[in-house]
Amino acid sequence: MRIRITFSKQGALRYTGHLDLHKLWERAARRAELPLAYSQGFHPQPKMSLAAALPLGFSSTCEVLDMRLERDFALDGLTEQLNETLPPGIRVTSIEQVDERAPALQTQVVEAEYQVELPEQADPSDLKRRIESALASESILRERRGKKYDLRPLIESLEAMDDKIVMLLAAREGATGRPEEVLDVLGIAFEETRIERTRLIFSPAKV
Amino acid sequence: MLTPKEIENKLDHILLKVQKPGRYVGGELNSTIKDWDSVQTKVAFVFPDIYDIGVSNVGLKILYDQVNQRDDALAERAYAPWLDMEALMRQHGIPLYALESKRPLACFDLVGFTLPYETLYTNALNVLDLAGIPVRSADRDETHPIIIAGGHSTMNPEPMHAFIDAFVIGEGEEVIHEIIDAVHKWKVESRNPLSTFHRKDVLQQLARIPGVYVPQFYEANYLDDGTVSHIEPTIPEIPKVITKRVVAKLPPPPTKFIVPNIDIVHNRVSVEIMRGCTRGCRFCHAGMITRPVRERPVDEVVEALEAAIKSSGFEEIALLSLSSSDYTNVLELVTKVGEKFGGTHLKVSLPSLRIESVSIDLMEKLKDNRSGGFTLAPEAATERMRRIINKFIPDEDIINTTREIYARGWTTIKLYFMIGHPSETLEDVQAIADLCKRVIAEGRKVAGMRVKLNAGVNTFIPKSQTPFQWVSCDTPEQIRAKQALLRRELGRDRNIKLSFATAEDSFSEAWLSRGDRKMAEVVYTAWKNGSKFDAWQEGKKYDAWISAFEEHGLDPLFYTHRQRRTDEVFPWEHITAAVRKNFLFQDFRQSLEGQIRVDCRFDCFACGILPTFAQMRRENPGDVWMCPEVKSPGRKVISNRLSVVGD
Repeated sequence: MRIRITFSKQGALRYTGHLDLHKLWERAARRAELPLAYSQGFHPQPKMSLAAALPLGFSSTCEVLDMRLERDFALDGLTEQLNETLPPGIRVTSIEQVDERAPALQTQVVEAEYQVELPEQADPSDLKRRIESALASESILRERRGKKYDLRPLIESLEAMDDKIVMLLAAREGATGRPEEVLDVLGIAFEETRIERTRLIFSPAKV
Repeated sequence: MLTPKEIENKLDHILLKVQKPGRYVGGELNSTIKDWDSVQTKVAFVFPDIYDIGVSNVGLKILYDQVNQRDDALAERAYAPWLDMEALMRQHGIPLYALESKRPLACFDLVGFTLPYETLYTNALNVLDLAGIPVRSADRDETHPIIIAGGHSTMNPEPMHAFIDAFVIGEGEEVIHEIIDAVHKWKVESRNPLSTFHRKDVLQQLARIPGVYVPQFYEANYLDDGTVSHIEPTIPEIPKVITKRVVAKLPPPPTKFIVPNIDIVHNRVSVEIMRGCTRGCRFCHAGMITRPVRERPVDEVVEALEAAIKSSGFEEIALLSLSSSDYTNVLELVTKVGEKFGGTHLKVSLPSLRIESVSIDLMEKLKDNRSGGFTLAPEAATERMRRIINKFIPDEDIINTTREIYARGWTTIKLYFMIGHPSETLEDVQAIADLCKRVIAEGRKVAGMRVKLNAGVNTFIPKSQTPFQWVSCDTPEQIRAKQALLRRELGRDRNIKLSFATAEDSFSEAWLSRGDRKMAEVVYTAWKNGSKFDAWQEGKKYDAWISAFEEHGLDPLFYTHRQRRTDEVFPWEHITAAVRKNFLFQDFRQSLEGQIRVDCRFDCFACGILPTFAQMRRENPGDVWMCPEVKSPGRKVISNRLSVVGD
């Protein structure tokens, strides 16, 4: 049986990285006595995968995890049961059964939406101008970890709303826009902000 | 003082700049967060090493539970921030805070350190400083928390006497409540402006609790040669000698383990199956100071494991004791654990197994596969040395057991050895190399060329309260020569991995484990000179220690490379683990004569435990303690533990 868990990741859990999050879910499954499936071999690993790694420090309302179980398991009440013993900061919002043969979760993510809470002193009109100028550019050449790339095509949308910026960035394998790169272009130090992932957009399931 | 909100805001700006920020945010499952204003006494427990090491400490876990079970008190936790975080905290004016409430440690009424090993001393000072609490006990006033400490290294508390207000000697699970009650009274009284009950008074009250040592009420006097002449209380109604606390029966083990949200060193549920050890290895501090042996019933252990796995979801179980093979019903325990948790992808570790084939049977019951190594500790490789240290395992037992381990499918064996006892010669060290070669050669006969051997060679450090408290350390030159010999002999075989710390690495531990009150100034200056994390390559500063000794006109060799006089009064003479000095001295002399003392489960050697705790023993007859029944244990009264030895 394959199940898909949607959950939020906030508070102290913002500082738990991708690998540690796998461990967290393995433990949550053990507490809930879920029959989690493991790989074969010398070092059996739990069969689970997260849709898209969330950078350290970001919160999220929309993380998605696929977990394989050794056998069928009644899902009624499981959300509440898991939530009872998850650390504060992780909350399951939904659990559903998915087709065993559906493609791997990571390959299906196409875009991610982020909301950025800005520091109080930010000047709204100035910010609007910068956003317009960024969006008007043909290309925004950047360098990350020694690799040159164009950020512009990775920005699907970018707008300022009250004390927030909302952006929709490409999140395909090999073409992932990073919110802190966009903030840097806008002249905002990302350490001064709070970034939350609010939506993961998957490609229409075509097998 | 900063509010929790202010601290959290400041943290938000720095956490992404440090390694593993998850160390500093709390929020773990099974941590206890109580309403701050609804309880009277607030306790912060500190493990003064990094979070990764501290979280899984069982001692603090027990105390954390004990305190949080009270309605009138709360307990929170703090650890030493790593160097990167400390620098940013100092730069941004963030005091060390407790992980649960994010309140500065200085807001608590009681701050309790665990000091299991001496290399944490400079860290403890650093933690106090980072918390904005005066480092020296004498500089604290009514507004500061009471600072207490316990743990194995405090069996000689003297090098830390200037910094800790009160030490708990021995086991803490009962005495912590008595301490909280005393602090409680101080808090109530301090609200009354006319009260005459002050910090000094609460400390006096603490000093009257059995097992609590308040160093400021004791005075150490010295002879011209720098050794102690006598140690005396300076106020009435406190004991001349502080005897450790023990619990008659191990209380039910903690089962709500804190589940960290980041990877730490021991990601596991740990249940103590037994406390104490009857083997009497002469170098072993833990074995001497944690007597008597008390076992937990098998069913209690298994139930605790089930509850702990259910509440934590951890992927590993550790059955803790100083000597698993000596646990009476070890086979029953292991069988039950195997049945309960087999096939659930849980790893079970059973450390400290005896070198015999039964141990392999035990491990086989616990392992789904043999991917892990198999660890054994022969410690020495000649009959002479084995007799000296009272850990006598014949070569044949080692060879037969290791051959069998390889034959049954384990590819890696780890053997622990010890070098640096003053009676040890290069021949004894050569024997370690020869034994390793033989182990691997025999292994190859049964399992082929893939067999591996890891030899961990530690440097012996003479510890207080053990039969070796009289002996001197090896010089760095001797240690280096012995290590060079091993490297020369074993370095060529690709399947033997040799590991040891450098000769300098163990020095701060050696100076401090038998240090006196004068060492406190050395600790202080070494810390001021930048030494901290003394067990870490990144932190320790050998030169900082050496210059601290110079600054205070003290000679490091006085503490390490000096054979103690047989009638020497030790700096820790007023602290006892209830194992008599006469017993230790007799054992020391037997070691010089190569005489072995067998397991004291079968034959009582009158170490002193039974007469000291005669009343407790009478109230808990039968199998609770593993001491044999001896006739009228109350008859032998320890006349004067301050008297010189050999009398």
